Amino acid sequence: MNTATRSSGRTLWVATRALLMFTVVLGIGYTLLITGIGQLAFPAQANGSSLTNNEGDVVGSSLIGQSFTDSDGNPLPEYFQSRPSAAGDGYDGRSSSGTNWGPENEDLIAAITERKAQVAEFNGVTEADVPADAVTASSSGLDPHISPAYAQIQIDRVADVRGIPAEQVRELVAAHTQGPDAGYLGESRVNVLELNLALDELED
Amino acid sequence: MEWWMLIASVATLALALGLLYRPVGDYMAWVFTTRKNWKVERGIYKVIGVDPSKEQSWQVYLRSVLYFSVVGVLLLFLLQRTQQWLPYSLGNENIDSGVAFNTAISFVTNTNWQAYSGEDLSYTVQFAGLAVQNFVSAATGIAVAVALVRGFAYRRSGTIGNFWVDLVRGTFRILLPLSIVGAIVLIAGGVVQNFNGYVDVTTITGGTQTIPGGPVASQEVIKELGTNGGGFYNANASHPFENPTGWISLFQCFLILLIPFSLPRTFGKMVGDNRQGYAILAAMGTLYLASVAALAAFEFAGDGTAPQLAGAAMEGKEARFGLAQSVIYAGTTTLTSTGSVNSMHDSYTALGGMMPMVNMLLGEIAPGGVGAGLYGMLIIAVIAVFVAGLLVGRTPEYLGKKIGPREMKLASLYILVMPLLVLGGVALSFAIPALRDSIVNESLTNTGSHGLSEVIYAFASGANNNGSAFAGLTASTPWLTAAIGVAMLFGRFISIALVLALAGSLAAQDKIPATAGTLPTHRPLFVGLTVGTAVLVTALVFFPVLTLGPLAEGLL
Repeated sequence: MNTATRSSGRTLWVATRALLMFTVVLGIGYTLLITGIGQLAFPAQANGSSLTNNEGDVVGSSLIGQSFTDSDGNPLPEYFQSRPSAAGDGYDGRSSSGTNWGPENEDLIAAITERKAQVAEFNGVTEADVPADAVTASSSGLDPHISPAYAQIQIDRVADVRGIPAEQVRELVAAHTQGPDAGYLGESRVNVLELNLALDELED
Repeated sequence: MEWWMLIASVATLALALGLLYRPVGDYMAWVFTTRKNWKVERGIYKVIGVDPSKEQSWQVYLRSVLYFSVVGVLLLFLLQRTQQWLPYSLGNENIDSGVAFNTAISFVTNTNWQAYSGEDLSYTVQFAGLAVQNFVSAATGIAVAVALVRGFAYRRSGTIGNFWVDLVRGTFRILLPLSIVGAIVLIAGGVVQNFNGYVDVTTITGGTQTIPGGPVASQEVIKELGTNGGGFYNANASHPFENPTGWISLFQCFLILLIPFSLPRTFGKMVGDNRQGYAILAAMGTLYLASVAALAAFEFAGDGTAPQLAGAAMEGKEARFGLAQSVIYAGTTTLTSTGSVNSMHDSYTALGGMMPMVNMLLGEIAPGGVGAGLYGMLIIAVIAVFVAGLLVGRTPEYLGKKIGPREMKLASLYILVMPLLVLGGVALSFAIPALRDSIVNESLTNTGSHGLSEVIYAFASGANNNGSAFAGLTASTPWLTAAIGVAMLFGRFISIALVLALAGSLAAQDKIPATAGTLPTHRPLFVGLTVGTAVLVTALVFFPVLTLGPLAEGLL
């Protein structure tokens, strides 16, 4: 064996040992350390910010959006509706995804046209009142929020179907509207699952 | 309102990065110049069989980088191919060999291109494979940049440092401590960190929903800090468990930019003239601000049939981020080599979507990936010095080192590698009928010029080791896994070989004293020249192909 081959072999052996050392320390040690700290210091966040109903059953996560539809996929009028979703059949936590349709994509143009008409009719408003987030799919397909504008146009419908005063629903929406973080990071938004959960608890 | 939020966010970033520029930059300079090894490091050197006091020639340094990367690719490939038998498989099958090959290269080259879907990977692959490469591929990039800086700093030296020492110190003294702090912040903000797997819950409408879990925060933080970008989940940092709210999103941008924007200080400190660092910082900062402003202008305007119909360009964007936090993230992730996304670039307006592409095609130098951004920008500076030398008819020199024929050959080759890979890959994809069929029938989500944009974006992302995508492109086909795999490999390691060769050649020179005829490289004039060189090189090479893609879509 000549010198070049020998030193190549030596470098390869150093590389292998280095990688195994890094795998143990960074892959296993570091992951366990952070998991330990997270579980001790911030167990609620570390475990997915679960939401529970009055009976104490977990009904979802405040960070993961849901569909509020019947088994055939029709929107339930007594619940505030989330944004369109491209995750699986809609809000599938196993397959987060956007549509990736471009700005001139014909499927997207058709979908927006159709949703606009559908949302307007469902809520009894004009198409001009339907905000952008109501007719576009999010990036993750799991967007837990809608804009305050989209919540506004749903208030009368929800109040009507539930037979409660619109003012009461309006207050609930206001209570569940969050401004941008620190006043400028991100947008004002309404958490749909939290709002719907509060609506259900109103009637209990 | 959107502009106000954008400006306030950028100002916040600038303030935080500005305050940390000197301490972090100086700290990194100390890390890579001190002769003292920590006790635990001495133990590590003993275990891996390295003499830390022995510096390497550029050839040996390069060989160490390459062998370490080859071993990394093999281990990552093996983990994916055996994941169903390893712990925490979550019922996932083994990854098929094409995607496993592509993903292994993707993480070792600091690209983190997602031919895979995060949900299909086991936790073991994620934390023992991907997260580890997130650390060490980043440390490798920093090491190579530091080696180049030593080339400028050393005189008549046959060596440029020891890769193993740089790798160990970069990992344990820089990346790991910052990651531990950052991960805790992320968890406090709502990023998950558990081993729960998929949990089914009954929703209030009586349906069921699957809630994912995973050790996400520990991986998310190094994914940003190391400008890696590979998502724990398919939707990357738009997934609420990776990026739950507005301030976390800006914090992630901060993590992405921290090391790349502080490295110019390290450079200035190591070459003994902090003004040189400020000049490089100014060039990076100028390009960063200009690019983010342009991206914001296009996206806020919301041109295009679908955005206008909807009322705003909200397709593929999260309600909690809106437009401002989305464009800041999109600019930040593509001006560095990160490639994590909090919105889907494919659904951006035509010209808005062009900006991430342009950012990558600039070579990711503003401020670029950890290490890769600094060495990319220094190469541009070398070329700027050369151009200036031609203008006044003097032998060009930079930091007391002559930029002779050998140095210029290496720098020129460096700036040719990436365009060749990008344009070559796109050309082959459409010129060869069988490949074209595969692209059109299996890969594209969108048609026409937007379809072409998806392919341009893919090769720009691969060759520049970015990893973001116009994700409508199905990249798991045999052609694209192979071609983009090769683009990532060559884009990373040919560049590194050229940079290390340049480092060796510079280190061997003595310093020549500056004279009245020497171009000062710390003045605004030189900053302007460097920015101009970067823009001009990119425009000349890529303008034609951009006219067929995003420009055709946006302007016609």
